[in-house]
Formats: sequence, C-alpha cells, structure tokens
Amino acid sequence: MIRSTLRRVTPQLIILALILALNMVMFPGFFHVEVHNGRLFGNLIDVLNRGAPVALLSVGMTLVIATRGIDLSVGAVMAISGAVAASVITGGASWIVAVLAALGAGALCGLWNGVLVAVLRIQPIVATLVLMVAGRGIAQLLTEGAILTFNDPGLVRLGGGTILSLPTPIWIWIGVAALVGLVVRRSALGLLIEATGINERSARLAGINARVLLIAVYLVAGLCAALAGVVVAADIRGADANNAGLWMELDAILAVVIGGTSLLGGRFSITASLLGALIIQSVNSAILMSGMAVEFNLVIKAVIIITILVIQSPRVRHWIYLLRASSGPGPMPRQPASRTPKIEEGRP
Amino acid sequence: MKHSMKLPLYITVATFVLAYAACVAQYPNMLSSRVIANLLTDNAFLGITAVGMTFVILSGGIDLSVGSVIAFTGVFLAVVLRDTSLHPLSAFALALLIATVFGAAMGATIHYLEMPPFIVTLAGMFLMRGLAYVLSTESVPIDHAFYGWLQSLYWQAPGGGRFRITGLLLLVTFGVAMVVLHRTRLGRNVYALGGSAQTAQLMGVPCARTTIAIYAISGGLAGLAGIVFSLYTSAGYSLATVGTELDAIAAVVIGGTLLSGGSGFVAGTFFGIMIMGLIQTYIVFDGSLSSWWTKIVIGGLLFTFIMLQKGLAWLTTARIPRANGSTARS
Repeated sequence: MIRSTLRRVTPQLIILALILALNMVMFPGFFHVEVHNGRLFGNLIDVLNRGAPVALLSVGMTLVIATRGIDLSVGAVMAISGAVAASVITGGASWIVAVLAALGAGALCGLWNGVLVAVLRIQPIVATLVLMVAGRGIAQLLTEGAILTFNDPGLVRLGGGTILSLPTPIWIWIGVAALVGLVVRRSALGLLIEATGINERSARLAGINARVLLIAVYLVAGLCAALAGVVVAADIRGADANNAGLWMELDAILAVVIGGTSLLGGRFSITASLLGALIIQSVNSAILMSGMAVEFNLVIKAVIIITILVIQSPRVRHWIYLLRASSGPGPMPRQPASRTPKIEEGRP
Repeated sequence: MKHSMKLPLYITVATFVLAYAACVAQYPNMLSSRVIANLLTDNAFLGITAVGMTFVILSGGIDLSVGSVIAFTGVFLAVVLRDTSLHPLSAFALALLIATVFGAAMGATIHYLEMPPFIVTLAGMFLMRGLAYVLSTESVPIDHAFYGWLQSLYWQAPGGGRFRITGLLLLVTFGVAMVVLHRTRLGRNVYALGGSAQTAQLMGVPCARTTIAIYAISGGLAGLAGIVFSLYTSAGYSLATVGTELDAIAAVVIGGTLLSGGSGFVAGTFFGIMIMGLIQTYIVFDGSLSSWWTKIVIGGLLFTFIMLQKGLAWLTTARIPRANGSTARS
C-alpha cells in the first residue's frame, strides 16, 4: 500500500525536491527552523502554512476530478463560508457555532453542485460555473459589500494559532487529508469513485449508485472549501467577500493536475495532489524570496507550470516511454497514462 | 431537428426582447438611442471576445486565457505608444499578430500534446497576465492624436445616442463570424469537431489545422478586444479585465450554445451579451440596487438557460421511440 503510493508520487516528489533544492541554493537558510515563543518559525513551515487553503481545496478537488468532474465554485464557496462565519460570530455566537455554520453553508453549496451534476445531469464545468458567478455575489450580499472583521480568539486561533508549536492550518489540512484519504482508501469508496470517473454508465450497470456518489463527492469539495474559507478568514481576522479565495479554484485544479490526476477522470491520488499544492506554494515562495522583481512572478510560475504539464502530458510520456524502450532493456517504465482520451481528443 | 437546434436561439432573443420591454415599462427612458448606443459601446470588447469564445466552445473546447490576452494587448499598446514612435495602426497589427500566434501556439499544444484545453489555456492565462505585469505593473495612459481621432468618430443618432467605431466593430465581427461559421468549410469543420472529434477525423476533417485555427481566432479576437478596450479606457493596465473569460463563457451559454460543443449560433452569443449588458444598465437606472446583484442575476440566468437547454434536449430525445433501448444521454 505504502510502496505503491510512493511509486505513484515519485515524479511529484522529484519535482518538489528539485524546487526545494533550488530554494536551498538561492537562499541557504531555507531549511532553517527555529522555535520562538513556543512556535516553529522557518520558511519550510511557512510553505506548509501558506499552502493550507490550496491543499484543503485540492483534497476535495481530487475526488471531484476523479469522477471526471470539475468544481469551479470552490473559491466562491470559500468567500461564502468566510462571510457566514464572520457574520455569525459578529452576531455574538461562539466560534464553534460559527465554524459549524460555515461548514453548513459549504455543505449546502456542495449539495447544490452535486444535485446539478448528478440529478439534473448538467456538465460539471457549467454547473459549478453558476455558483462561481453567483457565489461571490451571495457572499457580498451577506457582508453587505464591506469586510466583516472579528476578534474572537477561538476563531482567530484557527488561522494564526499553534498546536504543539505547529501553526493550526497545517494540522487542519493534514488532518482533513488523512481523514478523507483513509475513508476513501480503506473502504471501497475510492475504487467506486474511480469506476464512476472512467465510465459512469458501466459503473451504474455494475451496481454502483453513481448518483449518490457524485453528490457526496461535490459535498466533500464544498466542505473542504468551507474549511479553507474559515482558515483564510481567521488568518486575516475578517471576511473579504471580494478577494477571499479569488482564483484559488484554478490553483487547486493545477495542484491536482500537477499531482498527475487526469482531468478525464479515473485514477487519483490525494497524496500526489497535496504534493502538487506544496509544489505550487514552494514555487511561490521561491520567487518571493529570490528577490526578483515582482513583475516576473507570474511569468516564472507560468513557465514552471507549463514545463511540468508538458512533461506529464500523455504524448510526451509516450515519447519518453518509446525512448526508454528503444534504448535496450531497462526497468519496465510505468505505463504512460494514455488511457486514450476517446471523446475529446481522439486524434492519431 | 433543425427547429429544436434553433429553439434556444429564439428563446434567448425572446428573453432579451421581453426583458427590454419590462425595463422600458418601468423606466421609459431606457428606450432611447442613447441606451442602445451605450449597450454596444460598453460591451464591444466583451462581445468581440465572446465571438472567439463561441468558436472555441462550438468545437468542444474552452479558452480561459482571453481576459489575460486583452489586458496584455492593452498594456502592450500603451507601452509601445509611450516608448516608441510607432504609429498606432502598426502597433495594432503587431498586437493582433502576437495574440493570434499565442492562440495558435495554444491550439498546437492542445492538439499535438493531447492536453485538455482547460489546463493549456489556464497556463496561457497565467503566462499572458505575467507578461502584462512584466511590461508594466502600473496603469499606462495612452495619449496619442490618432487615439483621440478614433474616439471622436461617431454617428450621432436622433435622440442623442453616439454610435462609436467600437460598436461598429462589434457588429462587423459578429457578421463576419456568422459568414465564417455558416458559409465556409472552416465553419463546418468547427461544428464537426465539436460534434465528435473522432467522427470528424474519420470523415477527413483536418483536425490539427482546424484546432489551431480555432484557438488562433480566439486569441486574435481577444487581441482585437484588447485594442477596443484600450480605445474604451485610453489606458493599458495589467490588472484590467480579470475574469472576462467567465463573462464571455456565460454570454455564450446564455446565447444557447452547448458547452459540450457542436451546437449553437454566434447570433445567440450576441443576444447573450446584450442581456448581460441590459442587466447592468437596469441596475444603473435603478440606482438603489447594489453591484453584487449583477453577479447573482447573471448566475441565476445561467442556471435558467442551462435548465432550458436540458429541458429541450430531454424533449427531443424523449421523442425517439423506446425500441432502441434506454435513452442515450451521458
């Protein structure tokens, strides 16, 4: 189990190690971690901490993409849940109630997406586009266009506090990922999700209740987004309906794709997606720390991402496979993941 | 069958007419050449982008990079006009060329590397936005005599509406796109590719050439939209038009084009744009509604139109006799 996971995530581990090594070269103190006032400080901790929202989103997104879906609304759901948490807590409730209310809002959004996709049979990209467009408006409606600030120590601790001297967001995303990973991989659920993603009809004929499964998957994505929204809001001690989670759905999708899960559904790995999220975050921090002009950030990020994606594309993997096969006997390479995409790209 | 394909288009047009009538009933001033002229001018750049998006979506793809291409073109023009003595027309040509080549490169990546359009154009979106930042992070004003002359060109309609050159460009773009989509081989290939790439391949449609052409058209039109946008704002700003791609996609969907490709009309996109513009105009006229209602209403409209299309699809498939097994909807 662990060995197969390791083999699956080797490419991502190599990329992450390369980028971290690059960081190390450019910034020798990168791996330096120290304790201040009972809290760990250091760039590595920072990568883990700042990567929390995208990591949380990518857990839900992995499941959604594995069913051949996509969830564009997670950024808007983050804004909604942050707004809900802030307005509940400014209303005088305890922070636990606020978090539960935010999770409830996220669950509702997830259910809405799930029903659109599974029951009304709308393409996932359009179905979630509806909430992506409307969701931010709803969040602004909740906060009435202003940034709702709060100072409740319980809620703030979720974003800025520490447990056992590690920042809380790190515990949250690792906990959520472990929980979802265990539930999915220690039961048949993961297999059923993959089956639905590969061929929904045959999965249905084989007796899988694809409808409930799809709704559940979008529900999990909504819950993850809600949690990410709460973490982001707690971090800045306020709910910013305009900017919370803006374009974060794209980062989450990128994390999943860098993690090697195909947008065409099927096999997935939550671990690999988390590594993808960490890769994105370490690229970000590498660019920030290198002291390069900020203007170049996005270009460099784009070039790195394009390189990773091109290396992982089915065609290039096939070429590498051919190259290795023709250069004599060697270790059997992993099958290139070209489960020939039939519908969208049936080309020679 | 032909009727059922055109029905979404008719419904979109009817929605626009009804919505406009409802607006006029409440605010009689909305029925003026001024409002109509502003609808065209204010939505020119979005409309031109949406034409390119229609091509892409008809072929079953998606292009997330258009908003960034518009911003890049705007900044590019502003910087070129500020730092060089190049005439705006040559700068326009250069900008169009860059945008078109960029689109073609994305198309080639999608076809030859077999990568999903969503992810390729997402990377393209980051790249173009990043290049815009590299050119300038600040808003660069454009102050050129030729720009002033272009902006001063308008036809004053009775009632005070000023029909500007950008509005005309929007109409011309839609006209040309209609001819290309319905009267040329390229258009037929676009529909064929969107219907089923495999079938198109087997029928001898040049898939590589068509895919590259489609994304080149989308990129080029986004470049044109960038020129229009820079005429509209007289500046280039790298943070401008964030999220335009979503507005364009929404307009195409409201216009009755299926996101799965193969079915839809560019004329529908025009009315999709007009409906979205109408909502904004209504909110301006009302004055008491907050801006976020635009988003909620557009989201609601999107949902309504998608459900409408679903209903139509269900009606047309239900007509097929049950003899050949369960209805083939996937």
